Amino acid sequence: MANLLIDGNDSGIELDEEGYLVDLSSWTPEIANALAETDEPPVDLSEQHWAIITFLREYYEEYQIAPAVRVLTKAVGKKMGRKYGNSKYLYSLFPYGPGKQACKYAGLPKPTGCV
Amino acid sequence: MADYEIPKVTGETGKLAVPAVEHDTMKGTGPWISKPHFQKEMHFPTDFEQIGGTTKYTLVDNWKERALDKLDDLRTRYRSLQVYLDICVKCGACTDKCHYFIGTADAKNMPVARQDLLRKVYRRYFTFAGKYFPKLVGAVDLTEDVVDDWYNYYHQCSQCRRCSVFCPYGIDTAEISMAAREILDHIGRGQKYCTEIMGKVHKIGNNLGLPQAALADTLEGLEEDVEWETGAKVKFPLDKKGADILLITPSADFFAEPHVDGLMGYAKVFHQAGLDWTLSSYASEGANFGMFIGSYENMRRIALRIRKAAQDLGVKRIVFGECGHAWRVAYSFLNTLAGPFDFLDPKYPVPQHVLEITWPLLQAGKLNIDKTRNDDKTLTFHDSCNIARGTRMGDKPGGQFDIPRNVIKAVCNNYVDMNQDTTHDATFCCGGGGGILTDDLMEIRVKGAAPRMEALKNVTENQGVTHMAAICAICKSQFTKVIPYYGFTMDQIVSVHQLVSNALILEGQLEYEKIERDEDDFY
Repeated sequence: MANLLIDGNDSGIELDEEGYLVDLSSWTPEIANALAETDEPPVDLSEQHWAIITFLREYYEEYQIAPAVRVLTKAVGKKMGRKYGNSKYLYSLFPYGPGKQACKYAGLPKPTGCV
Repeated sequence: MADYEIPKVTGETGKLAVPAVEHDTMKGTGPWISKPHFQKEMHFPTDFEQIGGTTKYTLVDNWKERALDKLDDLRTRYRSLQVYLDICVKCGACTDKCHYFIGTADAKNMPVARQDLLRKVYRRYFTFAGKYFPKLVGAVDLTEDVVDDWYNYYHQCSQCRRCSVFCPYGIDTAEISMAAREILDHIGRGQKYCTEIMGKVHKIGNNLGLPQAALADTLEGLEEDVEWETGAKVKFPLDKKGADILLITPSADFFAEPHVDGLMGYAKVFHQAGLDWTLSSYASEGANFGMFIGSYENMRRIALRIRKAAQDLGVKRIVFGECGHAWRVAYSFLNTLAGPFDFLDPKYPVPQHVLEITWPLLQAGKLNIDKTRNDDKTLTFHDSCNIARGTRMGDKPGGQFDIPRNVIKAVCNNYVDMNQDTTHDATFCCGGGGGILTDDLMEIRVKGAAPRMEALKNVTENQGVTHMAAICAICKSQFTKVIPYYGFTMDQIVSVHQLVSNALILEGQLEYEKIERDEDDFY
């Protein structure tokens, strides 16, 4: 239950015990960068990461939930070319799993259940 | 990869040696504690609070009295619990049977020792000897330290019941873990993973919190995918009134890999057999976490959603997908939880497992199978604990072991079993069952998988096995996550119906190259 650090300073933005935003509506791109930078190990968000994060946010806005892995891989394939439309590519960007790690940076709730 | 030691597996024998007992190797604070608002959804007490700025929580007021009241309630409500607490003779047969003990060497992970954390309190307050001569019978006072041990070690039990198989008295250790968690839930020590998830089932209908619109969109995508792959139009119906079959499957089947490949397999089988089926957005979850925390009330609330969906949709049969705990709850308890199911067609078993549909179809030659389509793999099968030790399939003893294997062998040319001390009713849990499949318990998950990893390594190194199939959403998720710690890759885990899907040639299916596709439809 710490607050998010932005450039080493306490931003006052509350995270839950697993590092997800408590108030999802407070998300900004700056917060995504800070979440990635303070992750263990730290991640420097590239254009490729942002393409995923942007899709996740769009999907979440429409459906109030993170997309299924297959929905995500298909969307990435459509947008960036077929060779990127697979979970291997997504894991190369988000090694802890696109579902959980990418959702964290994108300010989505963590996917729960037997996943 | 991890700041703890990964157990060594060599693959030499397929069975790990029993470690020398150590103390407190897994002592800790347990998983994240359920907040009061999650407890409220579950109808559990909420009069406890977070200790400012920490991840710690107070216990409820009068926690000791309330814990003992709950224990008294449970031991009188469930005669079995009272018997299990009384009859253990400390023979030690269970000590080396637990995957968590083998993986951690922690003395309190010997099943008898883990049970004794509750038993010693029971003895102190509810038996003559314990009340007057506690030291003679190992009875202790209930203190906060004992509660901390309960919380930590009862979340290092996946309720897989392997130890019970070897217990000469037949003590069901899982029932003791469930009772302990139920007591903890009543004193402000619920587990966030389980309660947050069940709150979503109560509110939305599934563990993920996947609303109807998102589910519909996901299923529509799967229809496109099957058509892209085969040229055939296979439907994934949702909330279809008047369908014959209601399919209840874990929501992981909609969301994760390789689970979704199994769902596509069920759909293809139903399609090919001409079965009229539907999913329900109201009861879009097979897994019933109420069992994990020993909460009869919450288990029943979840089971009643299935009954309501079946009645609202007017189906004739209820079929369960690949989910270990779903099948356990369905097979063992559905009728008493949510029955009678006299409105269903009596010609079919209530409930029915999807493998009980696929296997007879394969036997009757009603599915056109090209086994060579799985020739790139050599398979083995992981018996999921709840299916192996808590249920049956088909009409013969041992059907829960034979039917999945028969189906795999009917669709694959290459199949090998793992060490027999690790299969059938002696199967080892994947390490993530019973409410353990959460990121905050990663260390115990990794270590608890060790016995299965040894058995798998043995057949990959000596018999050319490339893939391990499972019929439980938790097993699939747990293995894809932990097998990289042991040098395997996540795509080595497959669904049984994924193998069926690969080999099944649908009527009207076209060769991949000959399918006309609109590129915009997919990529």
